Amino acid sequence: MKKEIICTVCPIGCHIAVEGEGDNIISMEGYGCKRGEQYAHAEFAHPVRILTTTVKTDSEKTPLIPVRSDKPVPKEKIMDCMAEIRKCLAKAPVGVYDILIEDVCDTGVNIVATGAVK
Amino acid sequence: MYNLTCDVAIIGGGPAGLSAAVAAKKESGGRVLVIERDESIGGILQQCIHPGFGLTYFKEELTGPEYAGRFADEAKELGVEFLLNSMVLDMDERAGTVTCVNREYGMTAITAKSIILAMGCRERTRANIMIPGSRPAGVYTAGSAQRLVNRQNEMVGKKVVILGSGDIGMIMARRMTLEGAKVLAVIELMDYLAGLTRNKVQCLDDFEIPLYLSHTITKIEGYQRVKGVYFAKVDENKKPIQETEQYIECDTILLSVGLIPENELTRKALIDISSITNGPKVNQYMQTSSENVFACGNVVHVNDLVDNVSTESIKAGKFAAQYAMNTLPKEEKAVENIAGENVRYLCPQSISVSPESEKVSLYFRVLHPDQNVKIIARDGDKVLASKKRIRVNPGEMEEITFNTGYISGSSVTVEVVKEGQES
Ligand SMILES: Cc1cc2nc3c(=O)[nH]c(=O)nc-3n(C[C@H](O)[C@H](O)[C@H](O)COP(=O)(O)OP(=O)(O)OC[C@H]3O[C@@H](n4cnc5c(N)ncnc54)[C@H](O)[C@@H]3O)c2cc1C
Ligand code: SF4
Repeated sequence: MKKEIICTVCPIGCHIAVEGEGDNIISMEGYGCKRGEQYAHAEFAHPVRILTTTVKTDSEKTPLIPVRSDKPVPKEKIMDCMAEIRKCLAKAPVGVYDILIEDVCDTGVNIVATGAVK
Repeated sequence: MYNLTCDVAIIGGGPAGLSAAVAAKKESGGRVLVIERDESIGGILQQCIHPGFGLTYFKEELTGPEYAGRFADEAKELGVEFLLNSMVLDMDERAGTVTCVNREYGMTAITAKSIILAMGCRERTRANIMIPGSRPAGVYTAGSAQRLVNRQNEMVGKKVVILGSGDIGMIMARRMTLEGAKVLAVIELMDYLAGLTRNKVQCLDDFEIPLYLSHTITKIEGYQRVKGVYFAKVDENKKPIQETEQYIECDTILLSVGLIPENELTRKALIDISSITNGPKVNQYMQTSSENVFACGNVVHVNDLVDNVSTESIKAGKFAAQYAMNTLPKEEKAVENIAGENVRYLCPQSISVSPESEKVSLYFRVLHPDQNVKIIARDGDKVLASKKRIRVNPGEMEEITFNTGYISGSSVTVEVVKEGQES
């Protein structure tokens, strides 16, 4: 598989061409530094993202609470996680970093609040 | 009228106001008061639930509410006072008085030794950019849609077209997709991205959302609700090319066409405003043309990274506190900063030179993208500082730092030139 990855580590934004299969990388060209090389490897083999969204609450004044994944989630699992999070209703009070969903979609990642509801 | 006095009064409780408050309190220990019209502090960051904040300042990736929360907690611990639900209506900068309406006390006058403006900015709207066609429902600015979706639990539409490739638009493209909407196109007039590359990768490419550079919306269709848009490629004079016109059916249009500093109060107070940034002109202390008034954050110039807002606001807080204590370095002469080749504007616009040499950083944006360039700050023929950059982009803020002790003339020019072509 061939893929062009735009490095987002620094504002230069090198276009890095990667060829290989999973962790087995045959060639990599176009990176400007070591950090970019590591980024491109990870982004090619196991792309992950921090997932942020909102969860409904039972509070009338604050109908939504912002949440995030406490660790990055595999990119291909993002929509599954969203479906799971949509089912969640947070009961007030909620504090910052309270865990709202444990091990979402068997990813080993928790969904935690980034705001608070009284 | 209810009366209050303090050492430093700060208008606006967003990240700029909060960072300034923390710094002012640390510098002086005097009475620091933040005046905020909203019922809670945090400013625009309360609706920016996405990650990407704090990478430079805290060296970790935080969401907007977390970033604002860190400064809010610190401010509270230090004993900064807050006046919420208080809309500032007027400022008499000579008397050092700020007038606001507070939900509890009614009209309230706050007298302070120094004032910091931290009112942020608002979004450009359709009226500011003039799109032809009908005026149906379903046209939102990206930021107001963000507020509705992220704070009020109101989904704004199902089939979405976004005009403008600013960061807020791209972030909303991802947000709407995650919430089940289909984002059909992001349309950008210029031939380059307006926002950060990181946002294109993580918000558009991840979800295969098409980006049309050098395109614009030619007409909005729909009577009561948006039904679709016509859009076309533009020529080098930014005129739509008729033959390239396409139609997309959609029910929602989000505008992400830029921000304007919120400067009603500044204008009324007759403080000098830059015609390019639309914010007050400041020196390196973030001091405006009125010596007891300081300014920081998006009210001065539109920042894309909140980390830069904090850095600049910490200066405003520190120096406003020094002004209140009468310890701000005495100005010997004022030096004007001039935008040279491929520089759109410089912030600060001037430097207050005192007998003591100090480091100053000038922030700026380039006019057009370029590669392999050298950034040079010079005083006449004398180079004060220079650095190489592989790539520069109007979407990302640049910076150059030098010592005021080296300045002998009355102005400093910053230019961005191709490497090897500098004179
Ligand atoms: C929608 C959006 C998305 C963004 N995404 C990112 C991102 O991903 N990463 C990043 O690093 N940066 C991002 N930014 C930029 C960053 O959020 C801003 O640079 C930062 O919020 C600016 O802070 P501020 O305090 O100057 O303004 P604001 O946060 O706007 O705060 C201004 C405050 O002043 C108050 N106020 C205004 N007028 C008055 C008045 N007359 N009386 C009393 N109070 C008043 C307002 O209510 C508000 O609370 C984003 C900005 C926006 C608008
Ligand atoms: S590869 Fe290195 S130089 Fe290039 S964008 Fe990534 S971090 Fe920056």
